[in-house]
Amino acid sequence: MPAPLLEISGLTVDLPPGADRPHAVEEVGLALAENEILCVVGESGSGKSVMARSILGLLPPRRLRVSAGRILFKGENLLAASAARLRQIRGGEIAMIFQEPMAALNPLMTIGRQIDEVVATHLNLPRAERRQRALELLRAVHLPDPERIIEAYPHQLSGGQRQRAMIAMALILEPAIIIADEPTTALDVTTQAQILALIRELRQRHRAGILFITHDFGVVAEIADRVAVMQRGRLVEWGTAAQVLNAPRHPYTRALIAAVPNLDPPPPRPYDRDSVLLQIEGLDKAYRSGGGLLGRRQRVVHAARDARLALRRGETLGLVGESGSGKSTLARCILRLVEADRGAIRLDGVDLRRLSRRAMRPWRKRLQMIFQDPFASLNPRARIAETIAAGPMLHGVPRAEAFARARELLGLVGLDPRAADRFPHEFSGGQRQRIGIARALALRPDILVADEPVSALDVSVQGQILELLAQIRERLQLSMLFITHDLRVAAQVCDSIAVMRRGEIVEYGPTAEIFAAPRHPYTRELLAAIPGKAWTKPKTDAVAEEAGSGR
Amino acid sequence: MTARLRFILGRLVQAVPIVLGIIILNFLLLHLAPGDVATVLAGEAGGAPPEYVAQLRHDFGLDQPLWIQLLLYIKNILSLDLGYSFRQSMPVLQLILERLGPTLLLMGTTLLISVGFGVLLGLIAAMRVRRWADTMISILAIIAYATPLFWIGLMLIVLFSIKLDWLPTTGMETVAAFYEGWDRVLDIAWHLVLPALTLSLFYMALYTRLMRAAMLEQAGMEYVTTARAKGLTERRITFRHILRNAFLPVLTIVGVQIGSLLGGSVIVEAVFAWPGLGQLAFQSLFARDFNLLLVIFFLSAGLVVIVNLVVDVIYTLLDPRIEAR
Amino acid sequence: MIRASLWQRFAASRSGLIGLAILVLVLILAASAPVFFPGDPFAIVDKPFLPPFGTHLLGTDSLGRDMAAGIAHGAGTSLMIGLVATLAALFIGTLIGAFAGFYGGLVDNLLMRLTELFQTIPSFIFAIVLVAILSPSLSSTIIAIAVVSWPPIARLVRGEFLSLRRREFVEAAIVLGMGDLQMIFRQILPNCLSAIIVTGSLLVATAILVESALAFLGLGDPNIMSWGFMIGAGRTYLRTAWWLCAIPGIAILLTVLAINLVGEGLNDALNPRLRTL
Repeated sequence: MPAPLLEISGLTVDLPPGADRPHAVEEVGLALAENEILCVVGESGSGKSVMARSILGLLPPRRLRVSAGRILFKGENLLAASAARLRQIRGGEIAMIFQEPMAALNPLMTIGRQIDEVVATHLNLPRAERRQRALELLRAVHLPDPERIIEAYPHQLSGGQRQRAMIAMALILEPAIIIADEPTTALDVTTQAQILALIRELRQRHRAGILFITHDFGVVAEIADRVAVMQRGRLVEWGTAAQVLNAPRHPYTRALIAAVPNLDPPPPRPYDRDSVLLQIEGLDKAYRSGGGLLGRRQRVVHAARDARLALRRGETLGLVGESGSGKSTLARCILRLVEADRGAIRLDGVDLRRLSRRAMRPWRKRLQMIFQDPFASLNPRARIAETIAAGPMLHGVPRAEAFARARELLGLVGLDPRAADRFPHEFSGGQRQRIGIARALALRPDILVADEPVSALDVSVQGQILELLAQIRERLQLSMLFITHDLRVAAQVCDSIAVMRRGEIVEYGPTAEIFAAPRHPYTRELLAAIPGKAWTKPKTDAVAEEAGSGR
Repeated sequence: MTARLRFILGRLVQAVPIVLGIIILNFLLLHLAPGDVATVLAGEAGGAPPEYVAQLRHDFGLDQPLWIQLLLYIKNILSLDLGYSFRQSMPVLQLILERLGPTLLLMGTTLLISVGFGVLLGLIAAMRVRRWADTMISILAIIAYATPLFWIGLMLIVLFSIKLDWLPTTGMETVAAFYEGWDRVLDIAWHLVLPALTLSLFYMALYTRLMRAAMLEQAGMEYVTTARAKGLTERRITFRHILRNAFLPVLTIVGVQIGSLLGGSVIVEAVFAWPGLGQLAFQSLFARDFNLLLVIFFLSAGLVVIVNLVVDVIYTLLDPRIEAR
Repeated sequence: MIRASLWQRFAASRSGLIGLAILVLVLILAASAPVFFPGDPFAIVDKPFLPPFGTHLLGTDSLGRDMAAGIAHGAGTSLMIGLVATLAALFIGTLIGAFAGFYGGLVDNLLMRLTELFQTIPSFIFAIVLVAILSPSLSSTIIAIAVVSWPPIARLVRGEFLSLRRREFVEAAIVLGMGDLQMIFRQILPNCLSAIIVTGSLLVATAILVESALAFLGLGDPNIMSWGFMIGAGRTYLRTAWWLCAIPGIAILLTVLAINLVGEGLNDALNPRLRTL
């Protein structure tokens, strides 16, 4: 192995007193060589971002403090470097890319100015030459029309374009190391695939060392040369990508990998294919903006266009698409959280869209919803028993009975019924999601609409919630409309899938068929973009065997 | 820039119902005032001749239904037919135009001082956060923020005019001196010191506190980390990145506070006998010249609408995201 | 448990505690005024222009009225007007803001145009006009202050409602079949309370300042003693007896300062997210 560019040893970062643990990062040691992508993987709170930020001394002052360790960059200890020397290195020799490009760019400065700043700070070049260089780099990261982009403000670009601009900014001085902190997490899957390809390409061209922080094992499988796994501030395993992905040794790594959903759909489940419970016919919804007095051109965005779906008793139907595809709006139209412009929503033959809001109320208990954000979906001022009992009480169940049922339901979703009198902030994200499920079940619905129910959760928790949903739908014979952007999740959960793009359902059919033989080009593009699709997860027992016989 | 123009035009259109609303409100207040509308309009007990009152009765259609009265009132206001003040023996329009200048002078000076120093002090406090300079500035700001304007004015008079005899107590110029040219300008500036200082202190405190909070909030944003990761100096980060972003919310509040500033100038003008609209309002109040009072009320609201438009224009120059707003 | 921790968080700010201490003193002063200074504070008790710290703690004014009695009785006036006017403004502002934010669309548009109208009008001049037209009295002062103070509350509550309205727990309530009023008042409003309380407490301070300015200009209730009136009355004697103005001004300053400090302490305790370092 060549001499490492970056060598971290014994790095410990203290958390402020009163935190749930004393150190954000504890005794971490790592090495990064040139022309190498090292992925640091971990769940939220694992300390992976703090570790990455301490390399350039970018920790929030007063809250986090490096208390021990060394960070050697080409033999020089960065933790002991002067402020002036550190500034030379920042942007010049080590550059950084962040998760949310909209937040990471100054909204009031053009992209060109922000890139130019890096060059002007580190090199003494005439303005015209700096501009030339910026244009070259914008071209190198495959941004269309660099002349326009250089004059644009961040809000005028798309998310993917912004991230490319960030990457151009990081690369402009050809740094030896690029630290990328979850650079594709905020992006859609097809954009993510393009950015990952770009990062791989740049590694080859510049022979830079890339420290890539991520929570997603698919992404790891896609680009990593070597992998380091962090858990609660500690490094628990590291090795080559092949070793860690295919023969993980540490139990935590094995659990994480086991929680990644498989891409091959399981064998079809039995359900009654003839009894259609919910029929969506020709549903349209458009959002209009602009127009009016001043003659601004009216913009029309179609969130749903002639949507047709049929949900059978016991079936789980997946609505799959990228952000802005209209999948959430379509679901909200079905629940009449959003009023559709046209079409019919037939439940047992009755068109719910034609009912008045008052007439709709008794029907509501048959259609319930589970939400995405476990922190926004529970009323912070209500005890969870009240939250769960509210539905039945609205539909005439006496208070005592509703509360008794709430306690029962807490048991059903795997929580302690004694927790009923607590407030939402006392629970973790996964637990809150369980409470949300209990609230939906309290009305004994026939249909559950689940809007990205696991996308805000860590992988390991994700697995548990999916497991719970699977149990419940078997036990209560529920039909489910399952909205997700994650094709891995869709493959595991859904019996059939409708793929949406810009408000249109472009492909609709049984899950296994869609994964095996996608017909629409967009579906093919989506499937091709799934990170780590070439990687076959090791079987859990095989992993155990190998770990047993390990070195 | 078409987007900017469209934004400003949009604001202009939005101002129309507001101006109309103010006129309607004025009309309602006129009817709410005790006594017969015609006598109120003539300036109660103002010694208006009965023919004039009869003329008013006809012009304002006081014998007709309310909605016709309203339409006539709107027409009269919009054609700047504002009536005659028998108390002041002068047409109301002329009276008001005479008094507008001093008020604008006082307000403009105050705006410059309070925004300029407020932003500066807030910047210093934020850069020295939790050190003695910040503590001092923050304590002074919160005290100034709690002090009644008129009281500050009186205490400044006690200190600078009565005890030290440095500055004049009242008025806008030394009338008896008949200064001309630069001497007159200097004389007015000399008289302006105390009123402007009085009115500025409160707003300076407000903008200092806002600026400090905005700077600290912006300093925690991710784009600041990006700037740091680019190798910029802290100085450059503060002045090139944080400052401009932090100034935007302050500018918004400057717009919101214009009305309050005008209200404050009424008090200050009353304390320092500054011959502006505020003092005129004060005089008309005690002369029970409601028509004059209501016209001043309408005009001051109109002034706020105009200044707000100016603030909006400045905003579009500083923030490229107008379309998104 | 939550109560205790709220107090602990409030007590963590030293300035909040100082403010609370001053405020309690002012409250005690107001409550004890009838005990220590029974009778009419307008009554003439001694020679005029007696300086402070003589026979009378704070001296006498130009007519020989006891300044200390005026200060004590004025405390009650200031606090009462500040509190009642604020409650009225909170009531109007919260209702308008809640409906505008919850329903959006046309309702929001109309209500917000109205709010903008009231916010555009220079509030102090509006207050003067209102008091002048209603003729000066305790109730007209309160009405005037309330009428000019509600717009910021309406905007605040509307903003909170707009953001909470989009939260998933509100969607969940709709899906459960909850009615609008229950959603507005039982689900969303409790989540805005801390913001309303903080703004409301700061509004009391502003209301006291407006009240004192009105009284200073001679637009207060002529039968009720107030600090602003005392300053206005002492103004003519600034050259000879400046303390006639200085003392009531200090009383206003301390009271308003105390309320502001308490408001900020409450803000830090109730909205830890919003605290800036």
